[in-house]
Amino acid sequence: MAAHVTTPGAVEPKMWLGGIEPMKASYGKLMMWFFLISDTFTFSALLVAYGTARFSFPAFTGKHEDFTFSNMYWPVPERVYEAVPFLHGVSLPLVFVGIMTFILIASSVTMVLAVEAGHRMDRANVEKYMLWTILGGFTFLGCQAWEWSHFIHGTDAGTVMKVIENGTWVEKTIFGANLTENQYGPPAFADFFFFITGFHGTHVFSGVILNILIFFRAATGFYDKRGSYEMVEKVGLYWHFVDLVWVFVFTFFYLV
Amino acid sequence: MAEVQHHHVHNQDPEAGAEQRKAIWKTFWILLFITAGEFAIAFTIPHGTFKISIFIVLTIVKAFYIVGEFMHLKHETKTLIWSILVPVIFVAWLILALMLEGNAIFEAIFG
Repeated sequence: MAAHVTTPGAVEPKMWLGGIEPMKASYGKLMMWFFLISDTFTFSALLVAYGTARFSFPAFTGKHEDFTFSNMYWPVPERVYEAVPFLHGVSLPLVFVGIMTFILIASSVTMVLAVEAGHRMDRANVEKYMLWTILGGFTFLGCQAWEWSHFIHGTDAGTVMKVIENGTWVEKTIFGANLTENQYGPPAFADFFFFITGFHGTHVFSGVILNILIFFRAATGFYDKRGSYEMVEKVGLYWHFVDLVWVFVFTFFYLV
Repeated sequence: MAEVQHHHVHNQDPEAGAEQRKAIWKTFWILLFITAGEFAIAFTIPHGTFKISIFIVLTIVKAFYIVGEFMHLKHETKTLIWSILVPVIFVAWLILALMLEGNAIFEAIFG
């Protein structure tokens, strides 16, 4: 009854004057969206820097099949990323990164299925799909660890490059890449690889931790007691965002 | 607690959300199909502006499905949709602007 009592001088509820949700989303979900927007800025800063560096560097102008590694031009990415585990020495351009993309998209699907099960308060299905999502996350991280390891150790033959060492030009064979040397192209290329995929990988790792937490709380009946599975939805937003970033990294770093 | 229990039982119907699950799997197949298409393009179309344009368009299509369906933004209020989209449009402009700037640096050094 008390809710219906109108005091003299009270105003009608207005869209932006408090008391109602103008965006029809809970506080937590809105804050997740705005956090994701700020995270978008961070990732785009990295992609903006990559675009600027790439376009200010000479591109490889020869025929595709004549491409060789050199620090005089930006490498063709599909010639850099052509290794697949257990198939040593076989040239399979972009296959492994394609598998990684598939894993992440599939884990996004299982995440959204967990969210959907949460809407129905279906605890068993939330648990099942959260476990699949966690498995997908760990598989992706494992793939990335392998890819980094391969990138750091390099090819069997390495690349003979002219580099400046202690102020003089020297010719030497470089194997793999780190932040100062890179057998695949200019050092900046390796730097961007480490920073962009590393920053994304850190996000995947945090996402897996959050997913484990959500799984644990669902499995122990925390959300049943609370009467809402909205936390699954919020963490789901973060997980899809990580997938979304990978879609952009895949295009701008590996395909273009 | 009684109310929660009721809610719980009421929603155990396996048919509930069946349409939503169908939409989720449809989105998955679209995303998989586009990614496979990108692969085919990577090895068939010669490198150049045309190929890059296709990749960028396909990436935006994929982003639309992930954000619209998986993140459910398509079904949120207009205010929320625009609060997310407007900053992203500015970011897209920034990426383009600094690519052109990079090209100008290239021209100044190597041109």
